[in-house]
Amino acid sequence: MFTILGVGPLTWITFLPIVSMIILLLIPSGRDEKSKMVSHILFRWLTVLTTFLQLLLALAIYFNFDFGLTGINQQSTMQFVERVRWIEIQNLPLLGNLKIDYFVGIDGLSAPMVLLTAIVCFAASFASFGIEKGVKGYFAMYLLLDTGMMGVFVALDFFLFYVFWEVMLLPMYFLIGIWGGPRKEYAAIKFFLYTLLGSVFMLLVMIALYFAVGTFNMFDMMDPSKYDPSSILAGADTFWRYVAFAALFIGFAIKVPSVPFHTWLPDAHVEAPTPISVILAGVLLKMGTYGMLRISWPMFPDAVRYFQDYIAFVGMVSIVYGALCALGQHKVGKRDFKKLIAYSSVSHMGYVVLGMAAMNPEGMIGAIFQMFNHGIITSMLFMIVGVIYDRAHTRGLDDFGGLANKMPVYTGIMAIAFFGAIGLPGLSSFISEFLVFVGAFKTYPVLTIISGSGIILGAGYMLWTLQKVFFGKLPERWAGPWDPTGKKYKHDDLMPVEYAALVPLAIIIIYLGIYPIPITDLMNTSINHLIDFVKTTGSFAAHL
Amino acid sequence: MIDEIFLSQLKQSVDLFLPETILVATFIIALIFDLIYKNSRYLIAVISIIGLVFSGIFLVNQSTSSAAIFSGMLSFDPFGNFFKILILLTTIIIVLMSVFSKELYEGGRKTGEYYILIVGMTFGMFLLAVANNLIIVYLAIETMSISSYILAGYTKEIKRASEASLKYVIFGAVSSGMMIYGISLIYGLTGSLTFDAINSAMISSDISGLTLLIAGLMIIAGIGYKISAVPFHFWTPDVYEGAPITITAYLSVASKAAGFAVLIRFLKVSFFDSTNYANDEIWTLIGTIDWQIVIAILSVLTMTLGNLVALWQTNMKRLLAYSSIAHAGYILMGVVVMTDIGVTSVLIYFFVYMIMNLGAFLVVMIIANKTGNEDIQKYNGIGHKAPFVSACMVIFLISLTGLPPTAGFIGKWAVFTAVLKSEYIWLAVVGVLNSVVSLYYYVKIFRNMYIRNFEDDSEIYEFSPGTYILLIILAVPTLIFGIYFTPLLDWAESSVKIFLGV
Repeated sequence: MFTILGVGPLTWITFLPIVSMIILLLIPSGRDEKSKMVSHILFRWLTVLTTFLQLLLALAIYFNFDFGLTGINQQSTMQFVERVRWIEIQNLPLLGNLKIDYFVGIDGLSAPMVLLTAIVCFAASFASFGIEKGVKGYFAMYLLLDTGMMGVFVALDFFLFYVFWEVMLLPMYFLIGIWGGPRKEYAAIKFFLYTLLGSVFMLLVMIALYFAVGTFNMFDMMDPSKYDPSSILAGADTFWRYVAFAALFIGFAIKVPSVPFHTWLPDAHVEAPTPISVILAGVLLKMGTYGMLRISWPMFPDAVRYFQDYIAFVGMVSIVYGALCALGQHKVGKRDFKKLIAYSSVSHMGYVVLGMAAMNPEGMIGAIFQMFNHGIITSMLFMIVGVIYDRAHTRGLDDFGGLANKMPVYTGIMAIAFFGAIGLPGLSSFISEFLVFVGAFKTYPVLTIISGSGIILGAGYMLWTLQKVFFGKLPERWAGPWDPTGKKYKHDDLMPVEYAALVPLAIIIIYLGIYPIPITDLMNTSINHLIDFVKTTGSFAAHL
Repeated sequence: MIDEIFLSQLKQSVDLFLPETILVATFIIALIFDLIYKNSRYLIAVISIIGLVFSGIFLVNQSTSSAAIFSGMLSFDPFGNFFKILILLTTIIIVLMSVFSKELYEGGRKTGEYYILIVGMTFGMFLLAVANNLIIVYLAIETMSISSYILAGYTKEIKRASEASLKYVIFGAVSSGMMIYGISLIYGLTGSLTFDAINSAMISSDISGLTLLIAGLMIIAGIGYKISAVPFHFWTPDVYEGAPITITAYLSVASKAAGFAVLIRFLKVSFFDSTNYANDEIWTLIGTIDWQIVIAILSVLTMTLGNLVALWQTNMKRLLAYSSIAHAGYILMGVVVMTDIGVTSVLIYFFVYMIMNLGAFLVVMIIANKTGNEDIQKYNGIGHKAPFVSACMVIFLISLTGLPPTAGFIGKWAVFTAVLKSEYIWLAVVGVLNSVVSLYYYVKIFRNMYIRNFEDDSEIYEFSPGTYILLIILAVPTLIFGIYFTPLLDWAESSVKIFLGV
């Protein structure tokens, strides 16, 4: 493990945004027009610099990562581990020795997520250049959110995990609430309430697990021999273990979001500003599925096996229902481009849940690779919507047509994301969806066949959108240049900042579509170990 | 011979009673100075602060002593000391807050008595925190109540303040009447009024369950009125809305603290088997009445009603009044457990609650100083007009909701830990659902501050440096104890011992 100034890379990557946030808060935003402009430029580029350094750190971690170590349930095989006692109180009469660690580390499960978070946050910081009001507050919240997300993916102490998980909520509330669209108040509070509801149940399970093993260390919670036999979560296949698993699952499923806990997502997406939609779809949703694999699966292997079929069913319903809702956006409601992509997210995250429930290497690797790909592709899709929304101030699917003539480069980049979302061979999501289906088919043939309709529906709504918005005839109202003054948009096509945000993501989609090894190898060892661990511990526990 | 023992006991009692004695002395000195320097604005406040600080120094010094004094009337123990320190800190902050309050000084009002009465009230609460005899409990409650009746109506030319004061008196009279009736029943049943004597009477003789239940409920009603537990909460919203903000804040923290102290002491010393107390973990209930269920019902009612009614409030003081009712419910969850871990969680929660609740009231006061009232609509755009104050308010509100990384989370975590430890799972589920509900009305406040009318005008509020310092004094611990809470846990854990008599 390499260190910088004596501090490990994971601490750097997590807390760098907080450091920048403090610097940013110390910069005065200025009263008159000119100093305001200067300070805004400073805020923007400080954020870009921070997220860029974060990306460099993530790459350094990637290139120093040992692909052969398993991780998941042992500290010895985790990488870049940092462990410092945070809270320690000896001999509390009833709590015993309370120990909470600052304990971070990554394995093949969290490494792709750390990389994804760094990429998405970097890209979204360019997309944030369009924010005009309350710039200082916006970037402060943005950086705080960044820390919260990164922390969730690196934490190995449940208490720490929970703290990061909750730290994210407040900045997200403000980012949607202050800089959002017309129904921002409603969307923001809905997001806040839904996620808090999920996480309070997680809190109760966390405390119950603490009483069972006596620490907040995740690895101890995964080891059945550490459980105190008199605690309610001891043993296997007990009523309370099922209840605890179900409570955790609902908490995570709200975040994913799986049908029927998904209703906050379309609202949040539609109202959130472009970069926040990007982060929401690109990173936040992955926390739900990540939490399941990091916490629910290894800690409750018996309950996973008991609920496996239901989880697969939830995945299937999400795929089909999400796709149908997305398709419906062409016919009903406000025909909102963003809402369509929001529902497509529900559908695509359904593949992840289905693959995870299959519990074989193909399905599981497919699921995590799909998390990564969906993060990249959906981020791109939201930025693409953002590009035309910034120019035309509308997102109606029926308001456009023939944009290919007006913005040829934009249309070209857009096509990569669109076909990526459909799962065209040669693009990254084809591989992940294929793997999910192969894995899921082995365990659940019928559910998988039904889920297959999601692909067809997906092609339907995406191609239909492509046709409506980009092909055909350009409406009269868009005939002239976007910005007649030529101040903001010198020409009709993409601006340099937009290139900076979109092109790297497009390259990743194509590259991983042709050569997925860099990511699949990253997770291979850990995922195989996770599956073995869940299967053996689950069945071992069953014989207790 | 007997006289000598008596004298030495008396000397010990008087020694331990020093902090209270200092408060009484402060009360008298302030009264005299108020007569001499009639027009001084801050003199009495300064004298009160000096007295309180001195009293605090002696309090901290005796934090480990444990003894029954004045022939078992009072028991000095770390538990009582914790609450006394808490009450004292609250009082100091309230006095400092009052100095900056605009409504108190409006129209050149004389405020000497105001500070004097606060010191008097502190004395009453100190007694309540250590009372070991039902008559002392009654006297202490009356001492603090009479001061608080006057303080609630201190801005007497404002109609709603007089109304608040009158309502407070009437409800207070009813509840203390009930309490004294309960006390007389207990005396009839056990032949004693001291908590430990009640306990030994209950162990040695068979006591009618129904009468005991009635008597116990009546006493709990009297205490429940002080901690504003549902269904004894009716006075709370009106009094909190009508009283000056500083007094509202004071009532919501200090008098609740005293109430909880006496509630826990009364239940534990009287109704749990003191002979079987070798193992701290188990409190064995004596008698046929399950006080745990009684308190559990009280707790669920209190937090649910408090939270649900708070959702509709548009006046900040009223909203925080209902929120404080809800918090009393959360704290009662810790009491339900009736083990040392439960008491520890109550202590942790109370300390945290003190900081964040005083903080929220301080912000309400600061903003009311500028806008003239506490309507939630007036908060629109405050986030832009007073950025620092609003940021602090967000910290306090997040803490009140119980989200990390704030102290409020540690409080909630401690209480839920206690409740789950004793496997009251249904109660924990009710508790967490309630904290989700509470999020809605807390968010409503900073929604108005930040989302509505943000940057619609460029008016910036200026505040005095003193208010900023006070804000920082409260906001920093709210964050620090959320991240590093070892000292808080240590202190609470060492303060959990309740003196059980000789």
